[in-house]
Amino acid sequence: MTAETMEAPLVAAPTATPPHPLREFWGYFSANRGAVAGLFVIVSVVLVALLADVLAPHSPYLTDTSIALKPPFWQEGGSITYPLGTDAIGRDILSRLIYGSRLSLLIGVIVISISIVSGTIFGLVAGFARGTTEIFIMRLMDIILTMPSLLLAIVIVAVLGPGLINSMLAVALVILPHYVRLARAAVITETSKDYVTAARVSGAGTLRLMFKEVLPNCTAPLIVQASLGISTAILDAAALGFLGLGAQPPSPEWGTMLADAREFVLRAWWVVTFPGLAILITVLAFNLLGDGLRDALDPKLKR
Amino acid sequence: MPLRLFSIQDMLRFILTRVSLVIPTFIGITLLAFFLIRLVPGDPIETMAGERGIDVARHEQLKKDFGLDKPLIVQYGYYVERVLHGDLGKSIVTRESVLTEFQSLFPATVELAICAIIFALLLGIPAGIVAAVRRNSIFDHGVMGISLTGYSMPIFWWGLILILVFSVQIGWTPVSGRIDVLYYVEPVTGFLLIDTLFTEDEGAFLSALGHLILPTIVLGTQPLATIARMTRSAMLEVLGEDYIRTAKAKGLSRFRVVGLHALRNALIPVVTVIGLQVGVLFTGAILTETIFSWPGIGKWLIEAIFRRDYPVLQGGLLLVGAIVMSVNLIVDLTYGLINPRIRHNR
Repeated sequence: MTAETMEAPLVAAPTATPPHPLREFWGYFSANRGAVAGLFVIVSVVLVALLADVLAPHSPYLTDTSIALKPPFWQEGGSITYPLGTDAIGRDILSRLIYGSRLSLLIGVIVISISIVSGTIFGLVAGFARGTTEIFIMRLMDIILTMPSLLLAIVIVAVLGPGLINSMLAVALVILPHYVRLARAAVITETSKDYVTAARVSGAGTLRLMFKEVLPNCTAPLIVQASLGISTAILDAAALGFLGLGAQPPSPEWGTMLADAREFVLRAWWVVTFPGLAILITVLAFNLLGDGLRDALDPKLKR
Repeated sequence: MPLRLFSIQDMLRFILTRVSLVIPTFIGITLLAFFLIRLVPGDPIETMAGERGIDVARHEQLKKDFGLDKPLIVQYGYYVERVLHGDLGKSIVTRESVLTEFQSLFPATVELAICAIIFALLLGIPAGIVAAVRRNSIFDHGVMGISLTGYSMPIFWWGLILILVFSVQIGWTPVSGRIDVLYYVEPVTGFLLIDTLFTEDEGAFLSALGHLILPTIVLGTQPLATIARMTRSAMLEVLGEDYIRTAKAKGLSRFRVVGLHALRNALIPVVTVIGLQVGVLFTGAILTETIFSWPGIGKWLIEAIFRRDYPVLQGGLLLVGAIVMSVNLIVDLTYGLINPRIRHNR
């Protein structure tokens, strides 16, 4: 039956073929210049991260106190060997930024993967189980949401001990409620629809209903939230690094670089400026991408 | 639907439901505050003793004094009982009551937060309105671009950059603290801007004001971005409504239509967003206070973490959680009272 309905319009009017879903998506997406710019920046950052070994002029860890606090090349005393200058113990800032992009992307991707996978499962369970299980899960999420996010993340890191992995876990936990709520809301809307009833009547088990029937139909909001969530993850992890609770020195994580640079704010502006600029540009790009994805994937949300 | 704005029963049911929903959250916060802190590695008594070390007998005695020798669940029971009596324990480091320390530092954070939210409102609401009215103009795109940048801003870096430009390069504003050391101000309200007014020393007031400027901008940046975006989208929605067309058709001036008819309804979601900024402000306060050495709750909590001061962390987490929760509840209730649709739906 499906084959028939699929084929009928093809034969009748070949010119009126609906565009491929991806093509249609790109049509919406590319109309948003901000989103395209965001995507371009993200692709560049990914390339920089992948090619760090080739692109970085120096090792990010190599210290040389004889060249400490050299300004960028366009300032007096700077040289093109260290294009963005050097930090307090003579490490090349550009190289550290390049290697730092690996960490930031890694943080964003890992944190979001943890949150989305566990958040979706909790949300699906809450939406299907209802009753006490649902109340328990949702109350727990409310508590997490009530606490100021960074405060909670800080306390978790203090419990687990400072470090990159622990700060990623903390951030993942803090942003978890958004995904749980989203997945649960989507499940509740979807389960009342006919196709779920049909699947249930034809004997599909709960697990099949959850993952095969309902989940594919609530991916769009999750994808949008994931893109916006990566920016939050990068920002929060950098904040933890800045407070000395995230990635530990000598790691070239951008937030950690800023923590090291703080005391030089009075005499070496470049040590402070560039790492933060890198964070801002990356986070902004993910936010632009997320906005663009939302408009393209969910035209209902479009104003 | 008939308008029943003042049905007492409805109102009571609404209020009771909302308040009762908060109780499990509060219990959860006490559990979180208690157990999370207990998982911190390291022995608090040894931390307190410092590098000198401590002999075994004294160690046991102190453990008993602080109740650290009882089973965890019993400790939790005692903890809740004490919390309900308003006793949040003593700081292990300063031996001061946690509540007293909190009360003496809280005004500094509130003063900063209020200034930040006023800054965000004064700039954000007008910017949002004009952006909505002149939709798709250069101004609109500019506001949206700046607001997205503000939203993406790592505020700990933003603070350093402002210090770099305004304190170091131009020398306009002080780098850190709340007031110059040469002024001593008797804390009456705890809000330095108000307290310095009573000293009749203009310099003290100006010094307090000067110290506030950069932290206010830093803390206000993210709320500003959110409020501008929210105002714009709420205005756009309202401007498309029929009653606005009617008002325009009646020949009312554009100022009246936008300022009176549209704004009043557009502000409802904006007010909610402002209430929900409390959590964001606390998060921001932690970073802002750290950068500017602002003696408030955020800096106090960060220091407590590095000193492993369990009672301070516990008390601080609990108080901050309770405050955010209460403000959210109040916003929720007011919203329900202003907007009958919310009340009837749930």
